[in-house]
Amino acid sequence: MKSIRFRKLKEWGIEKAILLSGIFSVVFVVLIFLFLLREGFSLFRGESIVDFIFGKSWYPISSPPRFGILPLILGSLLVTLGAAAISVPIGIAAALYISEIAPRRLKEPLKAGIELLAAIPSVVIGFIGMITLGPWIKSAFHLPTGLTALTGSVTLAFMAMPTIVSIAEDAITAVPRQYREAAIAMGATQWQTTWRIVARAARPGMVAAVMLGIGRVIGETMAVMMVTGNAAVIPRSFLQPVRTLTATIAAEMGESVQGGPHYAALFAIGIVLFIITFLINGVADLYLHRSRQ
Amino acid sequence: MNPRLAQKIAHAVMLTATLLVVLPVLVILVIIVAKGASAISWDFLFSMPRDGMTAGGIFPAILGTLYLVLGAILFAVPLGVLAAVYLVEYSSDNWFSRLVKLSIVNLAGVPSVVYGLFGLGIFVTFFRFGASILSGSLTLGIMILPVIITSAREALESVPRHFRVVSLSLGASRWQTIRHSVLPHALPGILTGMILGLGRAAGETAPILFTVAAFYLPRLPHSVFDQTMALPYHLYVISTQVPGIAENVRYGTALVLLSLVLLLNLAAILVRSRFRGKKKW
Repeated sequence: MKSIRFRKLKEWGIEKAILLSGIFSVVFVVLIFLFLLREGFSLFRGESIVDFIFGKSWYPISSPPRFGILPLILGSLLVTLGAAAISVPIGIAAALYISEIAPRRLKEPLKAGIELLAAIPSVVIGFIGMITLGPWIKSAFHLPTGLTALTGSVTLAFMAMPTIVSIAEDAITAVPRQYREAAIAMGATQWQTTWRIVARAARPGMVAAVMLGIGRVIGETMAVMMVTGNAAVIPRSFLQPVRTLTATIAAEMGESVQGGPHYAALFAIGIVLFIITFLINGVADLYLHRSRQ
Repeated sequence: MNPRLAQKIAHAVMLTATLLVVLPVLVILVIIVAKGASAISWDFLFSMPRDGMTAGGIFPAILGTLYLVLGAILFAVPLGVLAAVYLVEYSSDNWFSRLVKLSIVNLAGVPSVVYGLFGLGIFVTFFRFGASILSGSLTLGIMILPVIITSAREALESVPRHFRVVSLSLGASRWQTIRHSVLPHALPGILTGMILGLGRAAGETAPILFTVAAFYLPRLPHSVFDQTMALPYHLYVISTQVPGIAENVRYGTALVLLSLVLLLNLAAILVRSRFRGKKKW
């Protein structure tokens, strides 16, 4: 009798532990937001949100300090647009090739190669970008420095591609086989089938793939900090140094005084980043659900 | 245009795109191995840095990264596997399980530097752990949680339903069924996720910037409340912050970090493909 009661108690305890672990992921998301607010909100006692987001100058250590993050937002935007322009067409084409055209024995090695690209730490990609791509861009465009928004875009494109390829590939593979068979039976070539039937049917999944790739680029920190030159001014072209939201946090947190306005401003940038990626991931998730139905 | 010609051109374009994604991996590997191999020696791997990092080895950074990764895994694996068990075995498709899934998606999308801010706010400041291995490990652990949960979920979902039905019909309780009839078959998938999580935690820099990483600390940590050097941060420091470091030392450090991460990922790929080959159902 006792052992049965003990076993029931144990079962009850384990089930509660399992439920608790399920709740934890929700708790962590809430905690991240609360702690960003807790440390960052004090900035808005002295500064309006509009001045923070649309302020044109970021001079955190001058007196009085200026905390306008418009140059940083535009820096992030420019680098991200450039990276998307490179990685989206290449990534989608590669996903179509791997799932529709590549011979079977090539598929697995290609997928493994893409997984390895995704696995390379961002600081290593940044290091390679800084030391090989930077000098090349400097001499190709006759610039005073090779660390520019363009360098950042190219480097980050390689970090977005694995995400785009693998998620787009899942969406393409999920397209029912009958679609392809029907198209081929109607006399379409393999390419016509791939482009007009399969790619169209997989579109919601591809949209999600692109959004998640862009989410990764906006949040990327180390590589972008190493290759974009870090000048917190409103960018005028791809060929000048820029500074992104993420790089600003990483570069300046060490110099800020804990609890001071600069410290709070960096956490406030964290809030902005959290909200941006939250929206991107939420919408991408909606598209993923649509592609599964 | 002739459809056959169009197909040929399209295939050539797509093949080029695929090579553009895959070849950089090889190029990066070749560059780093070619320029960094000369720096690798027993002394480089197993001795302390000297003279402001211009001489000596990178042992404290290697050991620091191992400690951080170990701590992150100890925290994230039990929590992540149990969360996956909840989602697959216990929850029904209601608003709460959808909320949990959405949270996991969002945890996966939070930028790494924001995890760094979070770790600074909660572990370093609020819980007063200071900049320490404990703070860094917990921060990395929360960051890799989505990786662990997602692969454990896939592994559990791939176990056929009748395994559970048979076990339950023989009078086993719900947990006994999971423990003896489901988890053993999901183990390779869970292991794959764990190794991928290890690789991810080993390579990340931004989450440890403000929570643990020391710029230059030529001694080994004594407890979980000590700061430590770490490989990815060390590579960042010697390639951007400290002038006059020999080029092959920079490439050598990148080579050690890259080897560690890629070996872990290769191991995960191998475990997964062996598992696929062995599956009997």
